[in-house]
Amino acid sequence: MVRNGRPGIRTRLVVMALIATLALWGATAPAALAAGPIKIGFGMALTGALAGNGKAALIAMQMWAEDVNKKGGLLGRKVELVYYDDQTKPATVPGIYTKLLDVDKVDFVVSGYGTNVIAPAMPIIMERKLAFVTLFGMAVNEKFNYPYYFQIMPTGPEPLTDWSKGFFEIAMKQSPKPKTVAIAAADSEFAQNAAAGARQNAKKYGLRIVYDKAYPPPTADFTPIVRAIQATNPDLVYVASYPPDSAGMIRAAHEVGLKPRMFGGGMVGPQYASLQTALGPLLNGIVNYHFFVPEPSLKFPGIDAFLKTYQERAKGAGVDALGYYLPPYAYAYLQILGQAVEATKGLDQKKIGEYIRANTFDTVVGKVKFAPNGEWAQSRVLMVQFQGIESNDLSQFSGPGHRAVLYPEQWKAGSIVYPYEKAKR
Amino acid sequence: MFSLDLLTDAVVAGILLGGFYAAVSLGITLAFGLLDIVNIAHPAFVILGAYGAYVGNSRLGLDPIVAGLLGMPVFFLLGMVVYRVYYASFEKRGDESLRGLVFFFGIIFIIEVSLLLQYGVDYRSVDAAYLGATLELGPITLPFRLAIPFAVALGLTLLLHLFLSRTFWGRAVKAVSQDHLALRLMGASPVRVKALAFAIAIATASVAGALLIMIGPIEPSVGREYIGRVFAIAVLGGMGSIGGTLAASLILGVLESLTSTFYGPSWALAVSFGILLVVLAVRPAGLFGR
Amino acid sequence: MSGRVLLAVAVALVLAAVALTRVLENQYYYFATYVILQYVVLATAWNILGGYTGYVNFGSAAFFATGAYTAAVLIKAVAAPFPVLLVAGGLVAGLLGLGIGYLTLRLRGVFFAIATLALAVVLQTLVVNWGYVGGSRGIYTLRPARVPFFDNYVEFLFVVMVVLALGALATARWIERSWIGRGLVAIRDNEEAAECMGVPTLRLKLVATTVSGALMGVAGAPFPYYLTYMEPTSAFNLDYAINSLAMPMIGGTTTWVGPLVGAVLLGAAQQVATVTISSALNLLIVGLVVVAFVILAPEGIVGLFRRWRARARA
Repeated sequence: MVRNGRPGIRTRLVVMALIATLALWGATAPAALAAGPIKIGFGMALTGALAGNGKAALIAMQMWAEDVNKKGGLLGRKVELVYYDDQTKPATVPGIYTKLLDVDKVDFVVSGYGTNVIAPAMPIIMERKLAFVTLFGMAVNEKFNYPYYFQIMPTGPEPLTDWSKGFFEIAMKQSPKPKTVAIAAADSEFAQNAAAGARQNAKKYGLRIVYDKAYPPPTADFTPIVRAIQATNPDLVYVASYPPDSAGMIRAAHEVGLKPRMFGGGMVGPQYASLQTALGPLLNGIVNYHFFVPEPSLKFPGIDAFLKTYQERAKGAGVDALGYYLPPYAYAYLQILGQAVEATKGLDQKKIGEYIRANTFDTVVGKVKFAPNGEWAQSRVLMVQFQGIESNDLSQFSGPGHRAVLYPEQWKAGSIVYPYEKAKR
Repeated sequence: MFSLDLLTDAVVAGILLGGFYAAVSLGITLAFGLLDIVNIAHPAFVILGAYGAYVGNSRLGLDPIVAGLLGMPVFFLLGMVVYRVYYASFEKRGDESLRGLVFFFGIIFIIEVSLLLQYGVDYRSVDAAYLGATLELGPITLPFRLAIPFAVALGLTLLLHLFLSRTFWGRAVKAVSQDHLALRLMGASPVRVKALAFAIAIATASVAGALLIMIGPIEPSVGREYIGRVFAIAVLGGMGSIGGTLAASLILGVLESLTSTFYGPSWALAVSFGILLVVLAVRPAGLFGR
Repeated sequence: MSGRVLLAVAVALVLAAVALTRVLENQYYYFATYVILQYVVLATAWNILGGYTGYVNFGSAAFFATGAYTAAVLIKAVAAPFPVLLVAGGLVAGLLGLGIGYLTLRLRGVFFAIATLALAVVLQTLVVNWGYVGGSRGIYTLRPARVPFFDNYVEFLFVVMVVLALGALATARWIERSWIGRGLVAIRDNEEAAECMGVPTLRLKLVATTVSGALMGVAGAPFPYYLTYMEPTSAFNLDYAINSLAMPMIGGTTTWVGPLVGAVLLGAAQQVATVTISSALNLLIVGLVVVAFVILAPEGIVGLFRRWRARARA
């Protein structure tokens, strides 16, 4: 294709074709849509680090839109979701949300998944005084103090400490009382926030922190970390981590023979089907946070039907097969918006914002009421202990059992096997 | 907090991990050290190998190492093709440094995104009977999850060393970086020798990938963490020296492990790269370079 | 095109940008164009070292983030006014460039590239462990409620970026045409020969690294206000390294026009893709396009254009 050191005709044609493709992208922007449906816009992590959850959330949100439309829509109009992939990159968020609002002219915006993509949208939301329901951000509103920010993650009015409160409360109820705690957290936004909360809780209960280090998320091997923790001989080990690190920590803990009285706390991952089947019996004894488990005490209206449909759709979609973590909440945050729209009989952002502030909602994750700062009025971070898992079979996790809910009291179903050693077997 | 036990454990873990790093870096030593091809996409090929092992393990029930070994011929061919394209587009024109780099940069993305589209972002891991077990040797606990990759990596390193020093083609590879003309006079075409060497480098990625997925779960972008590490090792070890690569990998592994254990894991990566920067500034030929 | 004509065009563009902010309410275009202009600066900066001198920088993100975090620190500590942020960001990043250049530029180009990669990792680790800027928890920088003359802060950032982009292009053009530029080209073509001929290679390379780093830092300085929430992963994102390299490669590395063309084309394509086809395909296409250009059109679009002009004249 190269002649006399210069690209020939064919080469140039190919290059022209490439340039033309780039240019054509610009021409394929979606045409303006006719007024009619109520449009709800958002960015969602469909690629990038959080895409696993993002895609699962999108399935749940699409289910909500279909369910609402089957019943005649909102205010008699069909509901339409307009969304773009934010690639788990905060830098795309301002562009996406202004496009949704100014070009696509959506009626409502809701957030994407995670603090990193919620925070950059806030200035736009606040400037235009919109009602904003958000999906799993940590304490974002502490800085903005915006009255119409609503967070569907059930952490509670003090998100930082509420996250780990259950873990410590359970620990302090055991005898002999634990005296020391080791804290290990990934060097990323959520984990560090959880660790900060854990430190405060440790201080509150008079525990001595004997290990407190962060590790970079791309860590291949956790044995040095676990050994260092073991060397301090802690009674409690609190870990705030993401799925690959959670798996790595748990495996390393077994290899090294870590023997604290309680182990777990803030690991993201053990809630996912993929990790549950990968680790199987290695999970026994771990006391970890969760937002939903299919236990009888948590049978909220509509949750069974939701899970059944979700699990059907999740097959082959490359997302969490069971859907106990994010999907119900993604469905719920849209439920709240929808109910507020119906109740105020209109699209007025301020009225809807005020309505959400003032009322309790019935959703697939139970009754939801917000505190003045936009977080849940009452914390519902569950502390769950994995018990009696015998194999790596998914069926063990797809129904009730093997996860004893220890906290809060209101939803308690089961009791702790303490110390961790006993439950390991 | 300092105790001899902890120190020994950290050093042992570091050595085991370092062995694995060596397996990943062998390809770079070959391609970059001996052939001067800056294949920054090598870690992406390793990830490709890891997914190959995953597919072999989950669909065909193969042991991951076996899957990795079976993948070697495929990767060998792939390496040949990539080299031919590289050669035709860049080496022939004498344009290799800047554009070659960019070419491989582009390949990283093509590989990563293709894997992403095919397998999604969920973490994948492999199942093997021995992976959870540990071996007790006196005061030292060796997890098989690390020890087996270490052993395989050592084997691979040894094989490669023997190839380069004892066989005709191996010595031709070493010679091609030094003297094209002499090589021709000996009856070997430099281009074919380079293609062979590059293909072998990519073939090692298949096994390295299998080892990677044994150590921990993977997803398509995991390779990026290794780009810097493998080049650090190649530079530290002195380009082109297999023994140097092994030594540098072990040193890096132990350093990372010690930092992780005693100062905090978040500094481990910075320490390795800091060392790299210092070495580059002070002794760019590396520890064992010529 | 003479310098005077270009200066007139530049001034006209700035005035047009300001006028636009009076008329156009739609914020989306400001955000999208801000990102594209940011890449014009980054690509131009990269090219001074990469295209003119032949030294590949894989750590553009390190310089960009240096500018961003310098600004964030100044905002948090003393609520510094905006121009100070720009100057400080450029200064610190420029010093960083000088430092890294001094450490590694005596080596072959490829080692410099690896060193820049290592630099990005080390710097990111340092920032992650620096509590004052929030470490991995990130730092919130709320935009000032009012800004003189403009309706809102976004329009202000947009005009700032227009000015910065034009400034970067002007700098690159000036370097290209000066004795510095000629020296850099000599270094790129054959460094040893240039040394022998008396070209002060080390000094020139240091100038290139410093200027390149400084410009990237200046591009990063408004970043905290653009996003309002910044954490290390987004500031050190690999995207910046990739794009600042791909854009000059596609546009053409030998002149100041190349990075502009590449940044506008690729940047616009990415912006559009984000809000249309919007998926992993975006990255795949970047990869394929870059590889295609590098193989088939090594001198980029500018190179192709030149050939056509030459043929048309012949």
